[in-house]
Amino acid sequence: MRERTTSRTSWVVLHIAIILGALAMFFPFLWTFVTSITPGAGFSITPQLWPENPSFEAYATLFTERPFGRVVLNSLMLAVITTLVQLFTSATAAYAFSRLPFRGRGIVFAVYLATMMVPLQVLVVPLFAELKAFGLLNTYLGALLPTFASAFGIFLLRQAINQVPRELDEAATLDGAGHFRIFFSIVLPNIKPALATLTIFAFMGSWNSFLWPLIVLRDPELQTLPIALAGLQGQYTTAWDVVMAGSVVSILPMLALYIFAQKYIIQGVASSGLK
Amino acid sequence: MSVSTLQTSLVDRAPVAPVSAPVRPRKKRGWRYGLTVAAFLLPSAVPLLLFVLVPMVAAAWISLNDWNLITPMQFVGIDNFVQLLNDPATASVFGNTLYYILGYLPLVYVGGLLLALGLNRTLKGRAFWRGIYFLPVVTSWIAVAIVWRWLLNPSNGVVNTVLGWVGIDGPGWWTEPAWSMPSIILASAWKDLGFVMVILLAGLQAINPELYDAAKVDGANAWQRFRSVTLPMLSPSTFFVVVISLINGFQVFDQVYAMTGGGPAGSSQVVVQQIYDLTFRYGAAGEAAALSWMLFAVILAVTVVQIIGQKRWVHYA
Repeated sequence: MRERTTSRTSWVVLHIAIILGALAMFFPFLWTFVTSITPGAGFSITPQLWPENPSFEAYATLFTERPFGRVVLNSLMLAVITTLVQLFTSATAAYAFSRLPFRGRGIVFAVYLATMMVPLQVLVVPLFAELKAFGLLNTYLGALLPTFASAFGIFLLRQAINQVPRELDEAATLDGAGHFRIFFSIVLPNIKPALATLTIFAFMGSWNSFLWPLIVLRDPELQTLPIALAGLQGQYTTAWDVVMAGSVVSILPMLALYIFAQKYIIQGVASSGLK
Repeated sequence: MSVSTLQTSLVDRAPVAPVSAPVRPRKKRGWRYGLTVAAFLLPSAVPLLLFVLVPMVAAAWISLNDWNLITPMQFVGIDNFVQLLNDPATASVFGNTLYYILGYLPLVYVGGLLLALGLNRTLKGRAFWRGIYFLPVVTSWIAVAIVWRWLLNPSNGVVNTVLGWVGIDGPGWWTEPAWSMPSIILASAWKDLGFVMVILLAGLQAINPELYDAAKVDGANAWQRFRSVTLPMLSPSTFFVVVISLINGFQVFDQVYAMTGGGPAGSSQVVVQQIYDLTFRYGAAGEAAALSWMLFAVILAVTVVQIIGQKRWVHYA
């Protein structure tokens, strides 16, 4: 009897704690949105949970007085290209490391993995100089090139390809299929979940990336969302509604993606800590 | 926090050749096979070579030169390193970075562990709650930093307003040197809590339930079961969180740039912000490259020490 009561009490306490915690986690999102629809936010002394005259004026300011439409398109374009290219370069490399034995493969793979541990900061100055020499500063290509290969993606997909039974390849080989056929019609369809996971991570990484785009893309026209957002903060120090509207615009696409792909995102993170 | 498979990669062995490999004669693979390998490998090898390996080597060369990104480089040997070691700012930016890590890591780990333990129970809408806690992980650092700057606004931010209700005079958060780093730590812990939670949840779910039954039979109470089963069994996940947090912690930048810009009075100036300022504000790219190599050396040393030290406390089942 006693055991039952304690467990029921702890059940209630646990639920209350989890719900209160979740509210605390969610509150900044709610607050961002509320501020974005409060005209003249930043001047009021006491924050209010709901504005007296809610309006979407700040969003209008963002898209008419600022190049925000352009900036959103820039971010979207860079994220889509990065994702597609990374999927291609990761899948092909992963196939080579899983299915194409060649001399020195182990060493090459180790070098690939080692690139994952090099912090971007070490590369910033020479990368800047390199792209300057190529005449690629202030170009989309300059922002894109360093994102084209991802050791993380290659590793993830190689793990997945190793799980695909080799009997399938052998059967296809007997039918006269070469490596390109096997790659496209056997391996790729069999690693769809891993491809989905990489798609999300590549997109998320590009959409949220800051340091490299900040350095390469100096023209306001070319800038990406996080940079425009940081700039917005500097210029509208008092108009928090506009700044918060910008934050909402930057968060919404990730939020939508997250709701659709929560399973893959959480699995992807979880599996990175396992094994 | 970016996802990395660092631990996995360290544990992973070199790819095992198929059993039938020795029988397969090498001569059968001619230039056509070589072309196939090249076709599969070059799309990734070219960018990695050009945009990671070449810059890596170039950074070492630049660090031995005086350079403002515009006029030609001037070779100065190890002068940049000597200068950095004599500059009190170097100790200060490493100190601030360490302050960040020491504040952030315990907060995010204990918080993430409590959450993981709570959400590992049978609970209504478990996936939904996990989703909420994980939400900040997918948002951009800049948006998070801006929102927290607003929440922690000293004059009319929500946090100080609520503190005012209970009679506490809230601090100047990011406007006071003593509070700038705590502000950044708070926002960072909020953002990464869900990441740590998911890693630890995966670890918890890998624990064999029989271990708990055995402990119960031995008369272990809940706390003893936690101490002698959960914590040791969770040590590989803990190790992963610590290694990744330290690597990322040393590279902290986005949130600092957007919340304080390193201020006030340099109180939150971290190493990467210093590299950025040296390069693009003070035109000292050589010194910046030297500092970035120092940072890399520190990260590498800390990571190696942890990998060696893990034998003492990490238990692989």
